[in-house]
Amino acid sequence: MASLTKNQDFHRLSPVWNILFNLIAGIFALACVFPFLFVMIISFTDEKALARDGYSVFPKKWSVDAYSYLFKAGDQLLRSYGITILVTVVGTIISLIMISLFAYAISRKGFKYRKFFSFFAFFTMLFNGGLVPSYIVTTRLLGLENSLWALILPLAVNAFYIMIMRTFFSTMIPDAIVESGKIDGAGEFGIFFRLIVPLALPGLATIALFSTLGYWNDWFNALLYIDDPNLVPLQSMLMRIENSMQFILANSNNTSLGVGVLQSMPQDTSRMAMVVLATGPIVLAYPFFQRYFVQGLTVGAVKE
Amino acid sequence: MKAIGRFFRDMNRNKALLLMVLPATIWFIFFSYLPMLGTVISFKEYRVHGGFLSSIIHSRWVGFDNFKFLFSTKDAFIITRNTLLYNIVFIFIGLVLAVAMAIVLSEIANKRLAKWYQTGMFMPYFLSWVIVGYFVYSFLSFDRGMVNKIAASFGMDATQWYSEPKYWPFILVIVFLWKSLGYNSVVYLAAILGIDKSLYEAAMIDGANKWQQIRNITLPMLYPLMTILTLLAIGRIFYADFGLFYQVTRDSGTLYGVTNVIDTYVYRGLKTTGEIGMSTAAGLYQSFVGFVLVITSNYIVRRFNKDNALF
Repeated sequence: MASLTKNQDFHRLSPVWNILFNLIAGIFALACVFPFLFVMIISFTDEKALARDGYSVFPKKWSVDAYSYLFKAGDQLLRSYGITILVTVVGTIISLIMISLFAYAISRKGFKYRKFFSFFAFFTMLFNGGLVPSYIVTTRLLGLENSLWALILPLAVNAFYIMIMRTFFSTMIPDAIVESGKIDGAGEFGIFFRLIVPLALPGLATIALFSTLGYWNDWFNALLYIDDPNLVPLQSMLMRIENSMQFILANSNNTSLGVGVLQSMPQDTSRMAMVVLATGPIVLAYPFFQRYFVQGLTVGAVKE
Repeated sequence: MKAIGRFFRDMNRNKALLLMVLPATIWFIFFSYLPMLGTVISFKEYRVHGGFLSSIIHSRWVGFDNFKFLFSTKDAFIITRNTLLYNIVFIFIGLVLAVAMAIVLSEIANKRLAKWYQTGMFMPYFLSWVIVGYFVYSFLSFDRGMVNKIAASFGMDATQWYSEPKYWPFILVIVFLWKSLGYNSVVYLAAILGIDKSLYEAAMIDGANKWQQIRNITLPMLYPLMTILTLLAIGRIFYADFGLFYQVTRDSGTLYGVTNVIDTYVYRGLKTTGEIGMSTAAGLYQSFVGFVLVITSNYIVRRFNKDNALF
């Protein structure tokens, strides 16, 4: 026993190196979190103090003006929140259904066309038409510009997630389950929804999380396809106010506020307050997500 | 006749599963395969003429003219150089730092602290480039940014960061590493935690110290993962992260010389300058070279180890 303890001690880093390693990891971790804290501090700074001293970690004067202005003139903020939540929820559901059905079918050894459809999906990972033809198909052929579908559909399917799910189905789900379902007289869809889906929940949850994050953070599709202020999602709204705070007032129902509010509005701090409000849900939720992402990374690493 | 009969019998037998692949198949047709056909407009002078198909059919065929124009401009060289150089730097510095950070995290004695560090590092992965753009601005703003303020307290002059190209190669590399390092090191950390502990015990009995263990066990066990991830990244070396080069630089025109990459060039050709033909040509150039690189790097992976290959 004694020698084993000695060995374990020997396995440990020396105290000096242990402290050094803690410093390296700790400082980098802090550097990753710091900008968010910094933006949060700026959003609670008094606008005048900010004009005088610039962005500071220790502002001379604190203030919640930015937030109270946003709640007064924040129709656009609310609407954008609504769009983002709607797109994220609907998009994730559509995406899960399409991905899991496709992946399940091509994981079934009895499916005559599995090779063809596997390649059909896989080839899209190798070659793509590029931005311009995709843009032309989406706007000219499908006519999706200025509709919520332009935010939902382009992100709905992803060949890589299909490959992950196919691997998941074919490694985690024994053929005997499908057979037992058939003996009990269930159809293919019955087998899928009643027997397979409950077993595949961990895999589906992983894909759902990736998809949720993708939709929440998407701004590119809005940049391409959305001009209507009523359909602008959060990330895209943040891009637009980068240039002009006017954007959030242009669509305010509260017309009595008007230009006066814009002039007195704490512009810099309001911007940062909006960054905080848009990021808040993700920052609060991500420690819970993280565990699943790490699992998801492991699922993805397993090959058929 | 017999063949047709058999075809319908097969279809019928597989109809439930065919129905399952139908929605995503339709999606692939519209969002992947039609755009692939659409690349034909890089050989045409694109004119809007009714709908999608008739526009493409009615646009005049110009052969390789779009490519000739593209490659006769300075742009082609700049965007190719920028895309390649940034990606090469990202891949190699990213690899070294991610592996190093994974080893650091795995060796920290206090596991609870290590978990906290890991959570902190992972955060940037969850944020969009728009948000990261704001973060960078809070540091680099000319009159209010933290960096200029710190410089001022040392008696240095303020810098117009968003119009000084010479700093951006460094800024972009730092921002990229800041955002991706935590995620990547978790990938390697997961691999390290999967290494059989008895290897280390055996090494300890043989009297190997920590550094020898890292050099002779941890790193060799990580080589397969390092190889596959690096080769996959090389396969994507012709693609740049649009958000990094567009949002973080605030689309600043004076910086284009060092920040314009193929993806931002194609976007601007489509939405800002309206050079549809050249923009499509640049996109096809990217897809084609990307395709060749993916195939090549996969071939190389297969030569090393069949199990690691993508296909």
